[in-house]
Amino acid sequence: MRSRLFLWVPLALFAFFAGVAGYMLTQEKDEFVESTMIGQPLPDFALDPAFGGLPGAAKTDLIGSKPRLLNIWASWCTPCIAEAPQLEALQARGVEIVGIAIRDRPEDVANFLGRYGNPYSRIGSDRISEVQLAIGSSGVPETFVIDAKGVIRYQHIGDIRPEHVAVLLAELEKAR
Amino acid sequence: MIRAVVALLLALLAIPVMAQDSMPPAPYAYNQLDDPRLEAEATTLMHTLRCLKCQSQSIADSDAPMAGDMRHQVRSRILAGESPDQIRGWLIARYGDYVSYEPEVSATTWPLFAAPVLLLLIVAGVLLRRLGKRRSDAGDTV
Repeated sequence: MRSRLFLWVPLALFAFFAGVAGYMLTQEKDEFVESTMIGQPLPDFALDPAFGGLPGAAKTDLIGSKPRLLNIWASWCTPCIAEAPQLEALQARGVEIVGIAIRDRPEDVANFLGRYGNPYSRIGSDRISEVQLAIGSSGVPETFVIDAKGVIRYQHIGDIRPEHVAVLLAELEKAR
Repeated sequence: MIRAVVALLLALLAIPVMAQDSMPPAPYAYNQLDDPRLEAEATTLMHTLRCLKCQSQSIADSDAPMAGDMRHQVRSRILAGESPDQIRGWLIARYGDYVSYEPEVSATTWPLFAAPVLLLLIVAGVLLRRLGKRRSDAGDTV
């Protein structure tokens, strides 16, 4: 009798795997690749200005006195338009935001800022995604919290929605 | 005829929905290294690195701008004298095992490698017991 019950084990296992597979199909796919640079110091970089209106960005600009946000974005990136009001709200709360424009042209950057507002203190131009790769960012937009010593403390992947503003403010406070 | 004209007009109207950047590719995104030996090293390495934008492709197979920028990193670092292992290590330090398109044994992936071996051992154990039993049963009846 015991061996009869044993016969059902493979079917039960199969049903279990089918169940897991079915459940996973209903779950949203998480395509985010998180940076493993959290807790690490920023790599050295010095980028030219992304357009005439603001200075470029270097590692040294992110070091000193207070935590800052490092926003990886691009004028050709649609979600970047969606997060523009949230960046402005953060800037209005006294947060310094340093931008890095990925694969972008000066005229496009100027045009974007003219249309959707300019929350940045400086914007570096990363024409070949060099700095983006060096900090472990895999897309635009992404926002990093950098503490006063230049250490990466937090990564936000995707556009900043209104509900994320408080999260970022809290992370900035934590990095103090 | 009218159909062909309409089709042509529609084709002209087709505008890509998702805009990507219009920047020229990085210098070494599509250009090979002059030294064939170094280029071979770079190509082998590129086949083992995952494109972060198009996650089911290696950077050697992808036309995504970011894959081009990653190829540029690989080639320019090889040219600067870095070893393929160093470059792999540099990327894994930034993106974790995920960036490796070649399965690596690590703290999180070892069960994937251990499970088949374990299953084979269990199967071998079961088979040996069964076969051994059958043989001794046969021995009993004689």
